[in-house]
Formats: sequence, structure tokens, C-alpha cells
Amino acid sequence: MNADTPAALMPRLRHMGATVLADHGMLLVLGLLCVFFSIVTLDEQTPVGGDAAGQLVRRLSQISDEPKQLVIVAGRGSDEDAFVSALAEGAATAGWSVAGISQGGPRDARMSLEAFAATDRRVEVIALSASAGAWGVFDGLESRLPAFADATLLRPEPTRWPNFLKATNLLNVANQIAVIAIVAVGMTLVILTGGIDLSVGSLIALSSVTGAVCIRDVCGGQAAGTAGMVVGAAVGILICGLAGVLSGGVVTLFGIPPFIATLGMMLVASGSAYIIAEGQSINQVPDAFVWLGRGADLAGLPNAVVLMLVLYAAAHIVMSRTTFGRYVYAVGGNAEAARLSGVPVRRVMLAVYVLCGLLAGLGGIVMASQLKSGAPTYGQMYELYVIAAVVVGGTSLSGGEGRVLGTLVGALIIAVIQNGMNLTGVESYTQKVVLGLVILAAVLLDRLRSRRG
Amino acid sequence: MVSASPPPLLEMRGISKQYPGVKALDDVGLTLERGEVLALMGENGAGKSTLMKVLAGAVRPDAGAIFLDGTEQQVTSPVDARGCGIAVIHQEFNLVPALSVRENIFLGLEQTTAGFVRRGDERRRAEELLRRIGVAVHPETPCRRLTVAQQQAVEIAKALAVDARIIVMDEPTATLTPQEVEKLFAVIADLTQQGIGVIYVSHRLDEIEEIADRVQVLRDGQVVAVRAADQLPRRELIELMVGRSLEEEFPSRRQSVGEPRLVVRGLCRGDKVRNVSFEVRRGEIVALAGLVGAGRTEVVRLIFGADQAEAGHVALDGQVLSIRSPRDAIRAGICLLTEDRKHQGLILSQSVLHNFALPNAAHFVAAGRGFTGWGFTGWIDQQRERDAFAGYATSMRIRANAAAHPAGTLSGGNQQKVVLAKWLESNSEVLIFDEPTRGIDVGAKVEIYGLMNELAEQGKAIVMVSSELPEVLGMADRILVMHEGRITGEIADPAAATQADILSLAIR
Repeated sequence: MNADTPAALMPRLRHMGATVLADHGMLLVLGLLCVFFSIVTLDEQTPVGGDAAGQLVRRLSQISDEPKQLVIVAGRGSDEDAFVSALAEGAATAGWSVAGISQGGPRDARMSLEAFAATDRRVEVIALSASAGAWGVFDGLESRLPAFADATLLRPEPTRWPNFLKATNLLNVANQIAVIAIVAVGMTLVILTGGIDLSVGSLIALSSVTGAVCIRDVCGGQAAGTAGMVVGAAVGILICGLAGVLSGGVVTLFGIPPFIATLGMMLVASGSAYIIAEGQSINQVPDAFVWLGRGADLAGLPNAVVLMLVLYAAAHIVMSRTTFGRYVYAVGGNAEAARLSGVPVRRVMLAVYVLCGLLAGLGGIVMASQLKSGAPTYGQMYELYVIAAVVVGGTSLSGGEGRVLGTLVGALIIAVIQNGMNLTGVESYTQKVVLGLVILAAVLLDRLRSRRG
Repeated sequence: MVSASPPPLLEMRGISKQYPGVKALDDVGLTLERGEVLALMGENGAGKSTLMKVLAGAVRPDAGAIFLDGTEQQVTSPVDARGCGIAVIHQEFNLVPALSVRENIFLGLEQTTAGFVRRGDERRRAEELLRRIGVAVHPETPCRRLTVAQQQAVEIAKALAVDARIIVMDEPTATLTPQEVEKLFAVIADLTQQGIGVIYVSHRLDEIEEIADRVQVLRDGQVVAVRAADQLPRRELIELMVGRSLEEEFPSRRQSVGEPRLVVRGLCRGDKVRNVSFEVRRGEIVALAGLVGAGRTEVVRLIFGADQAEAGHVALDGQVLSIRSPRDAIRAGICLLTEDRKHQGLILSQSVLHNFALPNAAHFVAAGRGFTGWGFTGWIDQQRERDAFAGYATSMRIRANAAAHPAGTLSGGNQQKVVLAKWLESNSEVLIFDEPTRGIDVGAKVEIYGLMNELAEQGKAIVMVSSELPEVLGMADRILVMHEGRITGEIADPAAATQADILSLAIR
């Protein structure tokens, strides 16, 4: 039979399609969700600030080549300031001269326009910001102030673009999920060995509190320098690493099931956080502390997102290219067979619990940085979202199967769904129901996929 | 009109089954008469298990039909098969360990009145069945407390409980002692006297000669011969299975045995291993023989560090070793091929390459780019790994593209070859083989024997635990026989010994 006949091609195509779906199914789901929310949040976007100015400058050049005069009218606020300065600069570059600027309310605009008309200078264009353009003072301007009879009113034109895909929104999505995603790296490792760590939510609280208390009491409080903040953060993270040593030790040395061991640690860590913080929220930290959680130094990407991406890249490389990564998969696949092949099973298991603790501690510091304080109430229920991200990303709870990058996709899926529901105005209680159903559906899809293959 | 002889109990006609990439069965037929034992033979991958799966309703064939007593039957599910009187006893039993014998026999066929189980009735019927088979087991005993032989008897009782007329037995004697095998043969004789037909799938040529009435040989998915058992000499049977003539079952080698390399002294562990001492010399193959439960596997696990010895020590090349884990043993140059390759020898969910590289990580870590914090990190050079495996794939005739597939997808023989490759790569000086050819077909067995001989010729020290007496007599330079944790005797000249010699030491 000719291998290229249509009859032979179909099974081959189907097999190829199934492989692609099997390997990257969750990525496809993420893509479909983004497309869905883009369609659903398609809206008229009116540019503001620098973008609006840019648009108007382009249209200035279309109106006339010769230098002409224009008046700028805008409201108050940072967007309006940006609009005014960008437009002034752009107009000057285009050869226009700015005859006057009015920033304020509708009455200020009317008064300055009347004053301007009295000066008898010709103005070709009145450039309005989006908010100013809505004021009623410009209706019937030609009749009231004949000096402006020939003037063109320039307002920014709206475009159609999904609210979901706005840069600010996407960065917001990534920033919201950063803490969960960072902690999920460690959780992926633990679940890959066939274990689980229920204490990460409490560890987030513990590290935020310990870091903040350390900064407040030892490193100078609000006057702490960079070194002081780093030390405080390190202490918070290391305390959680210690918790990981304890959890992992109990699991490997005494054979206690990870569920129970980390459940106990969850309560111990949470209680300890309340004790250390004396039940309060601790905010005696310097302003610069928010650099990690709210800063955006690298090309506008939030620092927390950059940290998240770096961690995932590193984890992916370690898991796929080093012997440690291999050992983790081996232990999860069949711990006894791994032991009989020379894998140091207990050391590997201890290591993943320590790493999970350290990463939960890092997540807690990021959260403290985002909220400029540490509190024992942070991170409540986070262990469930973290586990959801890992499972939705394709990692099996029985161990030995799954990829770190899959967890990133899982975390993004959760974030996109939450964000999409916010944008479409779904009520917050309903959101919880939807999220739960989505997680079930994702895992079901995963099971069907792997059973077929 | 002359009345024809009654139709056969079972007739399978024209069975074909295609899987992606391989034709498992090609127009295969099989006939079974009442009261007959038919031996189904063939190498791994020849199609035996697929054919039996079709019969059991677990697999739908692409073509073909099944006839029982001359009428066509639709066997599309295991429930159908059971309803037609077909019972299959697998190599790995389908018993629920925590449930009792009675509960297992009637699993799925519970005798109920309005939803309540009639335990008395079930118990009586179970006792009757067990009596028929001749095994003394109380019906309320949980199955996990039974010996392997007793569990097998329960499986047979299950078959009889559904009034099976055809019983398929897959490698039934793999884990039985010689006495238990004799008992099983008596049971089979009894069953056949009652008109039940038995299909016996096994690699053990000795047993086939004893138990089978007819022999059917499959090769590459096709029937190559169907003959009466007494008309098929052993040599010809092997040739038909393998498709080529095999010079010898046990390849010979030049024996040049040197000084002692592995010295084991006074190993103790509970009452499983009682003061065991022995030596293995350079270039020597020492076999540990004995009945199941004699303690042989326990001894080798102590040497390998899989279990902790309570007393005694192990020395290699004059140096006493401190072995507290398999990792230590591997580093010292000792390796163990476990008897359970599926659950102890391989990680089935991971790829073949991953399994191959696992104990050999140090070989494939890119020089200079590794960082060994706790001794277990390092950057893997994947190309070197693939090349190393490809070398073994060629020399051991493993499917070359198997490297990336999960180990669980390979056949039993190929899996064993992967395990072997894994340990060969580790360049161990002492190799311990625990039941190296269990469940392996004749062709692959010879290859493995050849490899063992090569290793011996290289000067390694080899320990072989085996329950197959022909294998022990054919391969070993010396035989140590164990019984209840002790070494009861040594046979220094296996060429002159017989199976009876070994057995007499094994039951002392």
C-alpha cells in the first residue's frame, strides 16, 4: 500500500495531532482562554496621555505642512500632564507653535479661550485630551467666539482593542500570580517525588512576618538600608528552609506520610507566625522595600515577574539537564527501583522539601514586598492554589510525571481565568465556583488525554 | 451419511490483529479438544499473549472467529469469555490479597439473596472446589497469607467455579517448587480427565515434554507447527521457535578461574540468612540453588546493600567493604539484577534511556561542568548517553529507537536486556544475577548466557541465583545449595552432577 495515499495519511496525521495535544495540551488551553477573553472584552479604547498625544501629532502633520498655531486644552491629573507635555513636544518637533495651554476644568478652558480670542491671534487647531473633549464648552464654539471659526477641534479617536490584551492588564495578570507561581516551583518538585506540602501557605506568612520583624527590630526598621533588607529577607527565607528540613526529615526518617507531616508543619508555622508577629501586621519597613514586589525595572516588566521567569528557567534546566532532576523523577516513578539503582532516595526527598520551603519563603518575601508589610494572615489557602497550578499544569499527584514549565502554564491559566472573570464583571462568589469547576475540568481533560495515549 | 466426529471443544480460525507498526497475529488458528493439554510456545513477541487475550475477550481481533463445540461465539469482553466457559490464569494472579479465599473465588459471582451474601453456600461450594483440586486451605484465609502455590490453586478454583471448560495457564510454574509443580501436573491431569481443555503457555521445555499432548508453535505472529508432543524432539522445537538452529542451549566457554575476588563471611539476618560464607573467584560463575524461600535472594540483597546485615562482612579484592546502601555497593563495583525486573529493576514510567543512565550518572556528566554539592548533582551530556546506549542496543539486539520510550512499553525480554545494559555500563567487577532468564524466551536466553560467559572471561566474579536446574547445571562453575538460610552443600563439578544431587541438598 502506498504510504502516501489519503487512507494511510489520516491515521498518521491523527497520531501526530494526538502527540502534539498530549505534550502541549495545557498550553493550548491557555491560548484558547486568552482568545476567548480577548473576544469577550473587546471594547472601545480611547487613548490617554502620551499615546493620545502621539495620535494627535500624526494628525497635525496631515492638516498642514506650514507652521501653524495650536492651543492645548486638558484636565488635571498625571495622564493629562503626560498628554500636555508629550503633545507640546511633538507639536514643536512637527513645526507647530503652541500658542497656549489650558489645564483645569471646563470653566478654566472657557476663560482661557475667551482671553485668547481677545488677543486676536489666529489659531488653526484646538487640541483636546480625551476627557476635555467631552466638555460641553466646545459645542457651538464657532458661533460664540468667531475668532475660532476656522479652528479645527482635534480629539483622540477611539480604537477597538480587548481590555484583556492591554499591556497594563497583562502585566497585572503576571504580577498577581507571581507569588503563587514562585511557590509552585517548589511544590512541583515535591509532587514529582510523589509527596505533597500543605504547609506552604503558612510558610508564606511565616517568612513575611519573620522578615519584617527582623528588619524592624534588628536592621533599623524604616531607616534600614539595602543590606538590612537583604538580611531580613534572607532570615525569612532560611526559616522556611528550616521548616522544610523538619518536614522532609519527618517524612524520610520516620516514614510519616507527607500529607500528615506537612499538615502538622502548616499548623506549627502558622502558630509561630502569629507568635512572632504578636498577632499584628508589621509595617515598619523602608519605602524601598517595595522594589521587589511593585518595582518594574526591566523594560517595564514587574520585578516579581522577572524573578518568577528566572526561577522557572533555572528549574527547567535543573530538572531536565542535571542528575538531580533525573533522580527526582526516578524517586517519583518508583522509589524502590530507584534505590536499587543507586539513587540516594532519602537525600533527594529531603532536598525537595527543603527547596519547597525555601521557595515558599521567597514567595512570602515577595508578598511582603508587594504589600509593604508582613502579617500572619498572609498566604491563607495559598497551598490549594499552588497545588491547583501544579496539577492543572499536568503533573501527576502520584509522582514521576510532569514538567516545571507545565506548572507555569497552570498558574497562568488560573490567573487568566480570574482576571477574565474580573474584567467581565463576574461576581466574586461565582468566581470561586467557576475556578473550582475549571480545575476539575482541566484535570479530567488531562486524564482523558493520557488514557487515550 | 457418515456422522462426523464431534467438533473440537475450541476452534479459533483466521485470527489477525494489527497494532501500529507490528502485525501481532497473522491468520492464526488454534484447535483444542476436550480433555487435552495443548502447549502454546513461541518467543516473546511471537503472539502468544495476544492470542490468549483475544480468547479471553480482552482484545478484539481485526479478523477471525471463535467456535466453541462447533458454534460461533462472540467473545467481545472478559464477561463474555467467562460466560462461554473460558478462564485464564495469568502469571501475575488476579487475587485481592486482603480478601479471603472464598471471597476471591466468588468475586463478581456472589451468591446473594436480596443483596445479602449467602456465606454458608459459598463456603460449602468453595470447600468442594478446593477438595477437587486437592489443596488444604481454609476458605476464610485471607489470600495474602497463602503461599504462591496455594494462590494458584485458588485461581484454578475460580476457573472451576464458573464451570470453565477451557483453562489457559500462563507460565504457571515460574514461582513453584518442584514438588508443587508435580502437584499442579496432577491437578491438570485430573481436570483433563473431566473433559476440560487446558492451554499451557510456558518457556520450560522440560515441563512441556511431561505435560503436553500437543504442541503449537508461533513465530512472528504466525503458526509454524502443530504436532503431537511426542513427535517433536526438543532440538526441533527450539529451532521452530527461534527460526534458526541453535548450536547449544548453554554456550560453552574456556574456563580460567583465578584467585578469590568476592569473599563473603558470616552474613546473618534474622532467620532468613544464617551465617552464610562463600567465595567467588576471578572468572567464575557461582550458582546459588535451592527452593523458593531458601534465602538466596536475601543473601544477595545483603551483599548489595539492599538490606542491612546484622553480622558478617563482604570483601572485594582483599578489601573489606562498608556497604550500607545499594549506592555504596555500586560504587564499590558490585551490582545486582533483581528477580523482579518490572518493580525493582526498572522504573516503568521513565524512558529506557533514563533507566539506562540512572546508576551510571557519573559516566555522562559533562566534565568540568558538573558541580557536586551533595554528590548528586551534575550536568548531563545527553548525546553521550544516547551514543552509549546505542552501542548496547546494537550489540544486544535491543530495538534501537526504544531509547526514548517508557520502559514499560517494552517486551519482557527487551526489558531484561535494558537492565543488563544498565549494569554492564556500570563496569561492575561483581555481577549478581537473580533469576536472569525468568519469563524470557529461548532465543534471548542464549544471548544472556553468552553475555554472562563473556563477562566471566573478562575476569569478573559472577553470582547467579536460579531456580531452573538445567540452567544451574549448564552455566555454573560451582553450585552452592541453600536451605532455610544456610548453605547446605557445594557441588564443585556441575558437569558431573544431576538435578537430583541439587534437590537432595535443597531439602535437607
